Amino acid sequence: MEKRARLWIGFFSLLLSLLGLMVWNINAGSVHVSPAEILSVLLGRGGDNAIIVHSIRLPRILATALLGGALALSGFLLQTFFANPIAGPFILGISSGAKLVLSLTLIAFLSRGVAVGSVVLILASFFGAMLSMSFVLLISSKVKRMSLLIISGVMIGYICSAVTDFVITFADDANIINLHHWSLGSFSGITWGNVGVMTAVILPALIVAFLLSKPISAYQLGEVYAQNMGVNIRAFRAALILLSSVLSAAVTAFAGPISFVGVAAPHLMRSLFKTAKPIIMIPACFLGGAVFCLLCDLIARTAFAPTELSISSVTALFGAPVVILVMLRRQKENL
Amino acid sequence: MDTWYIHTEHMDVGYDGTPLIRDIEIGIRRGEILTLIGPNGSGKSTILKSMIRQLKLLGGVVVLDGQAMAAMREGEIAKKMAIVMTERLRAELMTGEDVVSTGRYPYTGRLGILTATDKQKVREAIALVHGEDFAHRPFAQISDGQRQRLLLARAVCQEPEIIVLDEPTSFLDVKHKLELLEILKTLVREKNVAILMSLHELDLAQKISDRVVCVADHSVDRCGTPEEIFQNQYIETLYGMDEGRYNALFGSLEMARVDGLPRVFVIGGGGSGIPVYRALQRRGVPFAAGVLAENDVDYLVAKALAVQTLSVPAFAPMNEAVMAEARALVCRCEHVVCCLTAFGELNQCNRLLRDEAAVRGKILPVRRLFDLWTGGGPA
Repeated sequence: MEKRARLWIGFFSLLLSLLGLMVWNINAGSVHVSPAEILSVLLGRGGDNAIIVHSIRLPRILATALLGGALALSGFLLQTFFANPIAGPFILGISSGAKLVLSLTLIAFLSRGVAVGSVVLILASFFGAMLSMSFVLLISSKVKRMSLLIISGVMIGYICSAVTDFVITFADDANIINLHHWSLGSFSGITWGNVGVMTAVILPALIVAFLLSKPISAYQLGEVYAQNMGVNIRAFRAALILLSSVLSAAVTAFAGPISFVGVAAPHLMRSLFKTAKPIIMIPACFLGGAVFCLLCDLIARTAFAPTELSISSVTALFGAPVVILVMLRRQKENL
Repeated sequence: MDTWYIHTEHMDVGYDGTPLIRDIEIGIRRGEILTLIGPNGSGKSTILKSMIRQLKLLGGVVVLDGQAMAAMREGEIAKKMAIVMTERLRAELMTGEDVVSTGRYPYTGRLGILTATDKQKVREAIALVHGEDFAHRPFAQISDGQRQRLLLARAVCQEPEIIVLDEPTSFLDVKHKLELLEILKTLVREKNVAILMSLHELDLAQKISDRVVCVADHSVDRCGTPEEIFQNQYIETLYGMDEGRYNALFGSLEMARVDGLPRVFVIGGGGSGIPVYRALQRRGVPFAAGVLAENDVDYLVAKALAVQTLSVPAFAPMNEAVMAEARALVCRCEHVVCCLTAFGELNQCNRLLRDEAAVRGKILPVRRLFDLWTGGGPA
């Protein structure tokens, strides 16, 4: 029964923080919007700042929550796949791969004066994510050591980022200046159309991941046991790779590479719920990632307002210590 | 056709496409324990891993309950076959009970939620391995032996018809080794399960197996009942040991004999000599043993450890020829130890031998003898 209580309290506090942060996020900023006004805007009664709330802050907040959730879930799936608690889309270089292909695509389109739609963005980003992922998979088939895998991932990330920087530097165009901002990671400038597309991608992925929680729980025990329990390992591994790539690709397409959420949020959820069971962890990670990103975005927007910090700097500030903590704990458990 | 529950036909096994063992033909019936024995690296685990589909077959087929396993779906196999392997099972933030309940996986619904029946089966399985006391603790924090028992419970609540175990007794102490094997025996008897496993402990393999398969030097060397397999000479060849090291009757092993001219003559019988033989072997002192009847328990050990063993046939009286040999040995040895305190009717020669040695001043009490060679090395 104690377990059940922990479950209720955990999910309740996550939902409460999610709601609280959403309101706070609408409320705070260069223009202050009071909670009463937020309510009236949401109910469609209008207000002085209706446009700011409706077309700038609301989509941004929804996107932040969705993308944060997607990042955390992607991290959780990758950690399961590699049996490695500090795996994540950013650390393994998957976000950076997505960023690289995305930048190349954007430059190619923009230099011809063609506008780029959300779908193309996601496809390019997914292609890049898969590209990095195949490198990581190739390396993981050669080296079995956990730390080496992470180092290779970080290196792939650096290579992709370096190439992206070259490309952006030499592609001298007004539009491309914005690219530089995006390539650092940011939730700004998101439209309702973007929110629609990312929902259409992320929500199904979340549902599929949740439906896979049974084989994921088997896979957590190790491949040999999972197979004996009736899991089709090849199909399952492919599904896991696709899901985590789609999720991190969606995030990169709209907000650029965002660091450490994929590692920090699942870890915090594990500590909160004291379990690794996917049936709990999948919804928990999604909510936890949303809360984490909303908080970080709030700080990014308001800490040095009107200057906006890059979201990755804030997530790194909170997320990186968590990674160190996980490694230290692992060391102690001697695993 | 035999009534095999699982059998292999011309199975070739190995890693990365290179066959290690070819043309393996083994079969197990339900209600039977089949044990693989053989030296390290001979390929026991490779055979097991291939039979549970962890390794791809390099040739031939494995037939499980009448169907070729390669064509079966994972879910089908999971309801028939459970495994306990040497690979570490990762169990992050899981209690022992959580680990056991993963055995119910093939029976639960889409999301894997346990029903009351499932939970009951989990409790029964834990009770079977006497794991109630530690099942609630984190799996990562219990001892290796406790973990092994819960892994067996996990296999049991999977309700399989065959359980495959790779060296299941490796981490267990003597008591729990026996307990684990007794649980296997119970499963075989009560649930008509087939057991396929590999064991290192020859004595246990001899006692528990219905049939034994010997894997040696990349081939299946022999297959048969324990009575057929556990012959002194055969086991010694299988493991590449010197003659006399293995005793099939006890399933026991002796250390290497200390060679050289015998320095001590040990008069033993009825088990009284064995501790002295072993103590001298440890101290590196060559010795002779006598005069023993060939049905004496001391005789079996003396044959392995003594440089020279004087004996008479079972239940036969001592004869002059043996006495003459014994006297000669007593003369050549520096010391004589007599482990006997009573001498039966057929054993009067040994009393005579002791008395004669006493006259020569060669008799030493056992404790004095060990004082001469304290520690490890020879004096």
